[in-house]
Formats: sequence, C-alpha cells, structure tokens
Amino acid sequence: MEALLIEKENKSATPAIQVSGSVAVLEAFLAEGVDTVFGYPGGAIMPIYDALYDYNDKLKHILVRHEQGAIHAAQGFARVSGRTGVVFATSGPGATNLVTGLADAMIDSTPVVCITGQVFAHLLGTDAFQETDVINITTPVTKWNYQVTDATEIPAVLARAFYIAGSGRPGPVLIDITKNAQLQLFDYNGYQKCEHIRSYRPKPIVRKEYIQEAAQLINAAERPFVIFGQGVILGKAEKEFQKFIEKAGIPSAWTIMGMSAIPTDHPLGVGMLGMHGNYGPNVLTNECDVLIAVGMRFDDRVTGRLDKYAKQAKIIHLDIDPAEIDKNVKATVPVWGDCKETLPLLTELVEQKVYPKWLQLFKDYQQKEVEKVIQEELNPTGEVMTMGEVIKTLNELTKGDAVIVTDVGQHQMVACRYAKYNKSKSNITSGGLGTMGYALPAAIGAAYGDPSRTTIAIIGDGGFQMTLQELGTIMQFKPKVKIIILNNQFLGMVRQWQQLFHEKRYSFVDITSPDFVQVAKGFGIPGKSISKREELKTSLQEMLEQDGSFLLEIMVGKENNVFPMVPQGRGVAECVLCREEI
Amino acid sequence: MTKQEYTITVYTENQIGLLNRIAIIFSRRKINIESLNTSPSEVDSVHRFTIVINETEDVVRKLCRQIEKQVEVLKAYYNTNDEIVWQELAMYKVPTEVIASSVKVERLLREHGAHTVVIRKDYTVFAVAGQREETDKLIKVLEPYNLIEFVRSARIAIIKASDGFHEKLKEFEYREPGEDAIENEFLNENEKVFSM
Ligand SMILES: Cc1ncc(C[n+]2csc(CCOP(=O)(O)OP(=O)(O)O)c2C)c(N)n1
Repeated sequence: MEALLIEKENKSATPAIQVSGSVAVLEAFLAEGVDTVFGYPGGAIMPIYDALYDYNDKLKHILVRHEQGAIHAAQGFARVSGRTGVVFATSGPGATNLVTGLADAMIDSTPVVCITGQVFAHLLGTDAFQETDVINITTPVTKWNYQVTDATEIPAVLARAFYIAGSGRPGPVLIDITKNAQLQLFDYNGYQKCEHIRSYRPKPIVRKEYIQEAAQLINAAERPFVIFGQGVILGKAEKEFQKFIEKAGIPSAWTIMGMSAIPTDHPLGVGMLGMHGNYGPNVLTNECDVLIAVGMRFDDRVTGRLDKYAKQAKIIHLDIDPAEIDKNVKATVPVWGDCKETLPLLTELVEQKVYPKWLQLFKDYQQKEVEKVIQEELNPTGEVMTMGEVIKTLNELTKGDAVIVTDVGQHQMVACRYAKYNKSKSNITSGGLGTMGYALPAAIGAAYGDPSRTTIAIIGDGGFQMTLQELGTIMQFKPKVKIIILNNQFLGMVRQWQQLFHEKRYSFVDITSPDFVQVAKGFGIPGKSISKREELKTSLQEMLEQDGSFLLEIMVGKENNVFPMVPQGRGVAECVLCREEI
Repeated sequence: MTKQEYTITVYTENQIGLLNRIAIIFSRRKINIESLNTSPSEVDSVHRFTIVINETEDVVRKLCRQIEKQVEVLKAYYNTNDEIVWQELAMYKVPTEVIASSVKVERLLREHGAHTVVIRKDYTVFAVAGQREETDKLIKVLEPYNLIEFVRSARIAIIKASDGFHEKLKEFEYREPGEDAIENEFLNENEKVFSM
C-alpha cells in the first residue's frame, strides 16, 4: 500500500505512544465523531471488543441479535442522521451475515463502515476456524474494502474508509483486520483524517457550459418536469433543490429514495414515480418536453420499459456519479457534479416562471387517481381495514413529523404512497435491493440516529418474521421504536403478482404468523392487536403515547392490491389504475 | 451497434484485490475477457492493465466508467485496433531432432520471425512476437513437426495518440483541485464520452 506509506511519512511530529491495533481502531472512531456502534463479538474480533471495554463512556455499543441487524441498524442510523454508520462483526459467519446489508447499502448509496475481525495473518488461506475470504466475498457489494494485517496501517486505512464511505456518492466500506494486527502494539502518532486520494475523485469541478445549456433548455421549455432521487438528500441539498423548483416553477416528482427531500405537501410536489407511484407523474413523464433528473439513477422500477420512456423529451441529468450518466437513459445535457453546487448555479440562470396549465394536468390525473384508487383506499366502504387508512390515520396523529421506516412489500408501497413528511431524511426504506427484514433493525438504528424524533417501523407479517430477533436488541437497549405490523396473512406483494400475472395460482404465499403480541410480550415490549376500524385511531394514539417501544398489529384486508401499477415490461404511460385495465 | 475488438487500458494503483474488482465488472455482465495483462506503466508506482474484449462501443464505454469508479483506478481508456500498436508473445516447443533433420523447418521459422529461446538435446523453444494471425500461422506450420507445447501471452498495447500518464498523474495528485488545475475529464471529451 504505497500511497499510505507515503502519507505516513508526512505526518506531524506528535510524540509516538505505543498502542494496540484495536485501540487505534477505536481512536479512529472517536476522531471521526462516531458515538454509536452496532455489533456482535466473536473470536476473531475479541481484541477490539476487549479494548472497547475501556471506551464504554465514549462509544455506545449496541449488541444486536444478528449481524444483518447490525448493518441494517447502521444504515438506518446513517439515513436519519446523515452520518456514517459503523459496524463490528467477527470473521467467518459474522462477516458473511453482513453481506445482505452491504448489498443494500451499496445500491442505496448508504455510508457505512464495517470492521470485521479476521484470523491471524499466518493462518490466512489455511481454512482456519472461522476463516472466510471476506474481502473477495464482499468486493462486488462494497465501494471499497481492504484487509489489514499490520497494525501500523490502521490509522491511515480507517481514515480512508471514512473518507470513501462518506464522500462523493456514498457507500459501504469494509475493513477486515487480522487478529494479530488487532493485538499488535505499535508507535501511534495520532490520527489524521483523509482528505485526498489521488485515484479517487469524489466530485468534479462543475463545468459552467453545461449549466448554461441546461438553463437554456429549461427556459425554453413549455412542459418541464423535475424528477428527483436520494441524491438531493445525500448531497444535503434540500434547500438548494427547493429554491430551484420554486424559482423555475416546475412540477416535481420523487423516487421512493428521494421522498421527504421536500415536504410531501409542497405545492409543486406532484407525487411519487415508479411501479406503484402516482398516476400523473408516471403518465406525464411521456408528455413533458424537458425532463430534469436530479440525483436519481433511472432505476427500472422508475422507468418501466426503457424504449418507451420519455422518448419525446430532452433530458438533463444532474448526478455526482459519472457512471450513472447515460447508463440507462441518454442525457441531452449531462450535468456531472454535486447537486449542492450545481443546483444553485442552475437556479441563478433559470427564469422565474409558473406553468399553471401544465401543473393543472398533474392535478387532473391526481383527481382520476383519487376517484379510482385513493378514495376507497383511504376511506374504505368495506368492513376490513385497508393499509391506506392506517397510514392516513397515522398522518393525522404524527402530522408528518415522524421518521417512517418501512420493510418491503405492499405495506411499503402503501406507506410511501400515503405517508406525509415535513422533514428530510424521514422516509427510510430499502429501495434498490428490496430487502425484507430491513425495517425492524433499520428502525432501531434510526432511533439512535435522531432520538429526538418518533421512529415508526411499518412492516408486513412476512418481513417481520425475517428479523424479529432484533426485538431482543430493543428489550436490552430500549431505543424507542413504534412497530406497526400490517398483517394481511399473506406475502402480499408476491400474492398480488400471482393474482394478476399467474392466474391466481397462490404458490407458497400463504404465511402463518405467531401471536405477535405474545412474542413482543416475551421481549418485554407492550403490544396490541386490532382488527376493527373503531380501534384504529385510539390504538395508534396509545402506541405513540407509550414512553418506549410498542408493537401494534393491525389486521388488514387479505387480498387487497396496490394500485396504480406500471406492470413489468410496460411503459410508464401504460400505468393502470385497477385490475381490469391490466 | 456492432461488436468489435476493443483494447481497454487501465491505469491503477498497485493494490492487492484490484484485479478481482476489475474482473468482476466484466463477469457480472457476462462479458468474456479475451485477454488480460497487468504490468508496470511508464509511471513509477502506477500499474497498467490491458484488457481485450469483443463488444459494442456503448457497452465498452459504460464498462470503462464502471472501472474508473473503483477507488484505486486512476483512468480507463478504450481503443479500437487501428488506434493502437499491439503485440502478443507466443512460444513453441518442438523436438530438437526434427529441427536438426529438416532444413525446411529452419527456413519456416526464419520466415515467421521466430527466435530461439532454448536449445536442449530433446527439445527447442522458439518465440514469436506479433499479432494473432502471425502467431496462429506458425502453429499450423509446426503442427506436422510434432509441436509439443504452445502458449501465447495476453495482448499488450501502446496507444498511438497517448502522451503517456506522467502529466495526467500530476493532475490527480493535486490535493485541492483548483478550477484550472483539474480539468473535468469526462466533460472535456463530451463528444467522445457522451455521444452514443
Ligand atoms: C429477503 C427477501 N426475500 C424475498 C423477497 C421477495 N418479496 C418481495 S415482497 C414479498 C412479500 C412481503 O410480504 P409481507 O412482508 O407480508 O408484506 P406485504 O407485501 O404483505 O405487505 C416478498 C416475499 C424480498 N423482497 N426480500
């Protein structure tokens, strides 16, 4: 690692003290402002845990119940706080249990630093006890990974890890440290943050020509349309973004990951894009003349069939990652850069405008969606409760101030369609990977990420059973997590597809559940199960007023479907509002 | 767009694991690597990968961006065959007695520009540096004379239009990228990089 060695020579002459590799890891955390670690100990990481014993007053360690829980918690923490989440796991099974979370963090650009223990360096490659090739297993799902076998590397490697995880397009980093390096004593000269890696360009200098070209297109547009993703949130550019759309007067729709970057009731906010997004933004994507994509990556769940996607429009793509530009959709004007820098430049050049007729079109589509879908979903005439009315009632109680963490499935789509948000970093969900089991541990992390806010996890009966062991973490460490299980007694989203596209051949989607309230009770968490509408509001209120965690199971319609829907393989304009239209 | 042979030249840090990081960019997309070579470059401490694939330009461009996205990669270029000078090295092992007894073989080897690497009592090793067709041709020629072993190296290539990496590296080494010190490499080459 030549570059690292060179950097070390330049270090200021702080008198060296002898520390172990383990202590160097913890000192690095403190220097990086880490105060919370999610982890699970084991043989190969014991020296670090031993050192941790003396850092109890400075570093909060949350003992999860499974390493997947640790990394999802770190992700939830990162997404709510805007800081880097940190994880400890042991070698072998501890490390492999992180893989799902790494893949999730990779595709959703979540900054996480994982430290895994590894067998002694001299045992590498010998099939030693709990040895796995963690570096190679995790290479495709990490932004960067590195194996440390010599403690002297630790300060510089950790500095790189934090720099890489948090800068540019963020992502997960894994550092695998052999046990001998954790134990090794070395001359420690203090910690220096990393600010530059010559082969790594987190963001470019913005080229003004492209801003000018983009502004010209926008100023000449008659039906411009902004679509935005998590880049706005990751770039901490919510204000800059809002200023831009307000000056330019452009209707704006969010991806599931971009949600909450502007308040959901913003007058220019026209809803969510994508397979189960809103009708107007999907259909009108194919009617705008200039499409301005900000910090989003044209995922297939957003675009539907690519050859039927926005073919009529000139496309301006603002992104920090050059590999995203032209990857799925060819940009007319590429604006490569950090949107915190590019948006203000663009705002300066765009004319103050309004598009009342064009905006009205979105409202007309919205009206159609209300009549065909939303009205019945939020105010059902049937006896059984709908997921939508739960979210609506929750909105009334939280006023849009809560952090909502969702799992994956129908409840996720319904929650994201109907939840209200006033504040950024409020919608935490597994977008790119669609990881069932994400919500409960991510909510735990979210509760640590911003303890001043109410954290509500909304989970399906299936997904809850994937990581429910994390109730033990809640029991022991008492983060305040409000858990809502929307129980439709099915793996609902898969059932919906089987119903719509596989002639209702329900193949293994019928899932039975334990008595969730009893389960929670076993973990010392109060709970309640309801199936009647009359109990809904009071029960939600009871859940929110509880000082601490609470589990509320809500029985909802078994075979309700989520609409609108852009069926797989169709264009966004072929968004359907009901089963009959498919 | 039609597929053709592209040579990808990647300048990187010398880092364990980077070969795998680069290789999986291809295998993940089920793209076959025809040839891969790693070597030092003209710049001390900078490594150079030479990768040959058969793909459309659109795919190759996207692959290069994915490669450049790796933290330890400095730069990735791609070129068609007419933009590079390239060579491969081939080695042939034949029984020494055949060479000794046949004047024809000696002449053939000379005609193909082969030079002798080793002569032993039992076998002789010849080497040829050249392009694929040339080295292939010699296999055909030697087959009737009991060719014992054949091996060919990966392609190495020099980019005709390149000024080398010394100047580029200086740009990468600036700690605080200033407006004029660091060009925006992608956007500077808008035509090359952003047109389909
Ligand atoms: C780990 C994992 N396994 C499988 C899936 C496929 N999958 C997507 S949604 C879904 C059903 C989820 O059911 P449930 O948690 O009950 O939520 P619902 O859809 O009923 O709201 C499944 C199995 C997945 N996304 N993640």
